Amino acid sequence: MTAYAVPTLSPDLAADRPPRPVPGAMRDCRSHPAKPSHQEPLGFPGELVDGWQEVAVARLGELVARYQSLQVFLDICVKCGACHDKCHYFLGTADPYNMPVARQDLLRSVFRHHYTTAGKWLGNLAGARPLTEDVLDEWYNYFHQCSQCRRCSVFCPYGIDTAEISMAARDIMDVIGKGQKYTNEVITKVHDKGNNLGLSAAALRNTLEGLEEDVLEDTGVPVKFPLDVKGADVLLVTPSADFFAEPHVDGLIGYAKIFHQAGINWTISSHASEAANFALFIGSYDQMHKVASRIREAALDLGVKRLVFGECGHAWRVAYSFLNTFAGPWDFLDPRYPVPQHIIEVTHDLVSRGAVKLDRDANAGVVATMHDSCNVARAARLGDRPGGQFSLPRELLAACVPTFVEMHPSTVKDKTFCCGGGGGLLTDELMDLRIKGTKPRAEALRQVVEDDGVTHMVAMCAICKSQFTAVLPHYGFEMEMVVSLHQLIGKALRLGAGA
Amino acid sequence: MAYQFNGTSIEHDEEGFLEDIGQWSEDLANHIAQTEDLTMTPEHWEVVNFLREYYQEFQIAPAIRVLTKAMGKRLGAEKGNNKYLYELFPYGPAKQACKIAGLPKPTGCV
Repeated sequence: MTAYAVPTLSPDLAADRPPRPVPGAMRDCRSHPAKPSHQEPLGFPGELVDGWQEVAVARLGELVARYQSLQVFLDICVKCGACHDKCHYFLGTADPYNMPVARQDLLRSVFRHHYTTAGKWLGNLAGARPLTEDVLDEWYNYFHQCSQCRRCSVFCPYGIDTAEISMAARDIMDVIGKGQKYTNEVITKVHDKGNNLGLSAAALRNTLEGLEEDVLEDTGVPVKFPLDVKGADVLLVTPSADFFAEPHVDGLIGYAKIFHQAGINWTISSHASEAANFALFIGSYDQMHKVASRIREAALDLGVKRLVFGECGHAWRVAYSFLNTFAGPWDFLDPRYPVPQHIIEVTHDLVSRGAVKLDRDANAGVVATMHDSCNVARAARLGDRPGGQFSLPRELLAACVPTFVEMHPSTVKDKTFCCGGGGGLLTDELMDLRIKGTKPRAEALRQVVEDDGVTHMVAMCAICKSQFTAVLPHYGFEMEMVVSLHQLIGKALRLGAGA
Repeated sequence: MAYQFNGTSIEHDEEGFLEDIGQWSEDLANHIAQTEDLTMTPEHWEVVNFLREYYQEFQIAPAIRVLTKAMGKRLGAEKGNNKYLYELFPYGPAKQACKIAGLPKPTGCV
């Protein structure tokens, strides 16, 4: 098995400087290519099509014509350099193509060559180049080294969104038959089984029954994990990772305890047993629509009144921004509740009203810090106040642990670093990239561990949780220090009659 | 890509997961474990056998929690936890143990 080179963490975060660029440092770190069996069910060619250059250039033209934002992002960059040291992958790998501006230029150069007068006439002098096999290789490699976390766009004076450029590039590559295995295999599985894992209804039921036994044994309270219950009030749509492994499953137990204690009649659906929507990562609105439609079908079939999402970053982005467009109208749901709602909003409301009570002593000894998940922090909101995506989880966390500590301000809230595994990169062949990309977060975490005795880092996204449990041990942290927000809430919740 | 084993060639994907899970055998499991620098002990076999039994019933590998609980029952309560399973399979009980058991790799955010 591979031994990975783990970056040395800077002793002083404030004095840390960006690395000196090392061209080609990550040239050999590549995602596995999709097979025909991952491409064709999604309507993409199984293999690189004949005349792929023309097809790709035509697709680029279509996307630019359709999305004015993409046109602006490709046109407007002035090479000011503000973004160059903002990407966790550049900071961790030193590969200059992982500077956001350079990553954008991979697509921008081809756009210039084919779609601008200056590029056509001046070529290289205008930063233009034709789409060759080498360029396609660079696209495949480096657009799969972008986690689409959008941190760079926070610092860009023009707001250029590298995520949108990388989604467009992946869309083009899918259309010519050069997709990525990890993402496209997962989307195929959702169409087939209803979730990323490929969990059947029978396996899901078996898992949920096991959780009921565990919680009863642990607390003496018969907390239910209902599946496919018609007429339930709430449909919980949560990442399938919540059914699979720690620390995710402890978060699911937390949601169930909250619903139980608040007397909310809820269910999970085996048809829509997945909150994640990986189609976002490949920029395919068609696939996003198909994945999201399962939620509508399940909601109608079960006759629920409310829709609640579990802890999943990009799922919340898709739900918050696109669910109505893709799967609405939701006029059959109870209009007194937002559609969709996040479990953090539900819990925050219950705690604020005193409908459930939290007891910090249950988490005695815990010193917690919070990792803001990129898609929640920069692409969505929680609650009805600006910045609610930062304040709601923090208020809940502060209410359920004795001590809450914030990490360095340049690494939290809208400036949060990606965990290093988002955007369709949570796959083992990219482990080298994933370890290096976690460096900035690991540095900030180490600082609060050493200075403030932090024992746990809270995440509210399945990708963040899986990425950190896999990667942080390489930096000397225990995987158990990564926890779900609702894991700590579930533990602090006063459960049972008379609570 | 294939395991060259007992004079036969058994196809696997880029990460060593069998293309055809019907080709699995106990000898092949030992061979895959060797390529992962693991020596199969009775405890490893308990995990692998449970994975395969569960897969036969549900056509998917069990959730880690289901696995840890089952191992607690079979091997003793002190071994029914994530940490012990990681000691057995350092690259993760889900992925590495599934590979040796000849099952498909768990996909998604795991």
